[in-house]
Amino acid sequence: MRKTTTTAAIALLAGLAAGAATAEISVKIGVLNDRSGLYADLTGEGSVIATRMAIEDFGAAERGISVEVVSADHQNRPDVASTVTRQWIDVDGVDVIVDVPTSSAALAVNDIVRERQKIFLVSGAATSDLTGPACSPYTVHWTYDTWSLANGTGRAMVEVGGDTWFFLTADYAFGHALERDTSAVVEETGGQVLGVVRHPFPGQDFSSFLLQAQASGAKVIGLANAGGDTVNSIMQAAEFGIVQAGQSLAGLLVFITDVDALGLDDAQGLVLTEAFYWDLNDDTRAFSQRFAELGNGNMPTMIHAGVYASVLHYLKAVEAVGSADSDAVMAMMKEMETDDPLFGQGVIRTDGRKVHDMYLFRVKSPDESTGRWDYYELLNTIPAEVAFRPIEDGNCPLVQ
Amino acid sequence: MLFDLLGVTPQALFSQLLLGLINGSFYAMLSLGLAIIFGLLNIINFTHGAQYMLGAFGSWMLLHYTGLNYWYALFLVPIAVGFTGVILERLLISRLYHLDHLYGLLLTFGLALIIQGLLRNEYGISGKPYAIPEQLRGGQNLGFMFLPNYRAWVIAVSIVVCFGTWYMIERTRLGAYLRAATENPTLVNAFGINVPLMITATYGFGVALAALAGVLAAPIYSVHPNMGADLIIVVFAVVVIGGMGSILGAILTGFGLGLVEGLTRVFYPEASAVVIFVIMAIVLLVKPAGLFGRTV
Repeated sequence: MRKTTTTAAIALLAGLAAGAATAEISVKIGVLNDRSGLYADLTGEGSVIATRMAIEDFGAAERGISVEVVSADHQNRPDVASTVTRQWIDVDGVDVIVDVPTSSAALAVNDIVRERQKIFLVSGAATSDLTGPACSPYTVHWTYDTWSLANGTGRAMVEVGGDTWFFLTADYAFGHALERDTSAVVEETGGQVLGVVRHPFPGQDFSSFLLQAQASGAKVIGLANAGGDTVNSIMQAAEFGIVQAGQSLAGLLVFITDVDALGLDDAQGLVLTEAFYWDLNDDTRAFSQRFAELGNGNMPTMIHAGVYASVLHYLKAVEAVGSADSDAVMAMMKEMETDDPLFGQGVIRTDGRKVHDMYLFRVKSPDESTGRWDYYELLNTIPAEVAFRPIEDGNCPLVQ
Repeated sequence: MLFDLLGVTPQALFSQLLLGLINGSFYAMLSLGLAIIFGLLNIINFTHGAQYMLGAFGSWMLLHYTGLNYWYALFLVPIAVGFTGVILERLLISRLYHLDHLYGLLLTFGLALIIQGLLRNEYGISGKPYAIPEQLRGGQNLGFMFLPNYRAWVIAVSIVVCFGTWYMIERTRLGAYLRAATENPTLVNAFGINVPLMITATYGFGVALAALAGVLAAPIYSVHPNMGADLIIVVFAVVVIGGMGSILGAILTGFGLGLVEGLTRVFYPEASAVVIFVIMAIVLLVKPAGLFGRTV
């Protein structure tokens, strides 16, 4: 209660200050992600481009906000992510940290920003713990999380009869969270988990794990991994005839860049959950076209879209309160409805979860696709109200 | 009875052993190239992983830009990548022979980073799809597992190449020159044999072996710029366990460690990424020159 009052007071003061003088506000954004490893195409330079696009579209310069963007490679390592975050906040004066894929790295950054009271806009990381037990008053989890993936793909697979599961899990925070959340959905809907094998991250040869999954006799092999690991798992499953033998693969986290890397021959028929697809509507097509021109021609992933939208919303909040003060800006971000061309309207909950629709897609067959990047067919839109974990189920200390 | 005790079915065990052997084929081919290069040039070739990746990428490029399929790639790519190795050796590596190992290691490591960085910049990290050739699709049901024809092909090629190389080096006149030049290059030079040429050719051959492994890997692992970086550290451990510079050691350890890794994946999958390094540490403690190495 006391905290809320203080926050409101700061917001008010900050607002007054902005009204009194049009002094320039300066903001420093740090984009921290994988720029060289297996997640570099899903996040990487694309997230920096998305950040710059958000700054440009917001018209930061015209509105008296000078924004500086810095970026770094955390190599998917929590220790590197922590070091960079401390350096950015303590020495370089970074106000907000953006993206941060790799759940273990994001959880490390989350602890530091909570302590240093700086804002953290997560787009890349998946673990639902970021808005659960590890939630922080300074963190917004924008794009997706393991719960929403489980709820999308996991539920869809069980509904079509895939009621026995075996997991191939990347052996770190993200894989564990995805496996946990999907197991919960499977069991809740009357299914059964027959077994799990945890593979080293990143991996290369998945054939032995796939054969263990095959031997389990489960109807569905759940791939609780991401990026290159998922690509290799799916390729090798095709090679070992696992799908032909009657088992289904559930790619629990598949990005459009993964589908591009697999090729439609191997990827066709996969059912997957995403928060964004470039070909959803005119706004997403226009954004994606610009994004592709600024980058290397690739279409944006949902992570890039989330970076764009979260930075845009952050800048709106900075303008509204007239400063970059973390408490005031965060209070404003949660108070204002979000509205952007990529995710439409939405809200940020007390636990930091950004809520919007999620989509269930099926990967097209080579015949159905009209060319490169025409990969998804929309199966179902999961409405915002049910797309994410109910706030009371997350065990987030901020909610009680 | 034994299988009950171990908690796995014989089917599972046999299939994992066979898969281990397939991975071992890659380890063997890569560590063989490294061992040959180290034996003659005394260079720890850290570019090996990048050259393996170039083999895979070369196959993809050949198909993508010129339409030439896998069977062409199998011959053309190792020759082309081997030739880049020859240029590399002439231009850069040959200047370092009189210096400490460390300089060669730094140079080749730097080159690997540059090659990977260039390709990453151009093609991204997600990888390129490369289909299994028509003739090798499908597989055999062995009773205990489904063995894809392509994997069987990989084992066969690897065994032929590895033991062919071993035979050439240990049993032919050319091999005898090579071994002699390894022992005492000055003396061999004095007998009228062109040692610098032999060194260049050896480096090219070692690189071509890496590229061949890359071509073989292209259809089963996704073709991406970091694919070699992920593998090369393991392969170095294989070479160290086998004994630096030992040809037969590299081959046998490569296959053997593939098997050990395969077994780890059944009994304790979480440890499968480190098991080779644990073995390396033990071997270094007990037999510092490696299992097949000679103490110097």
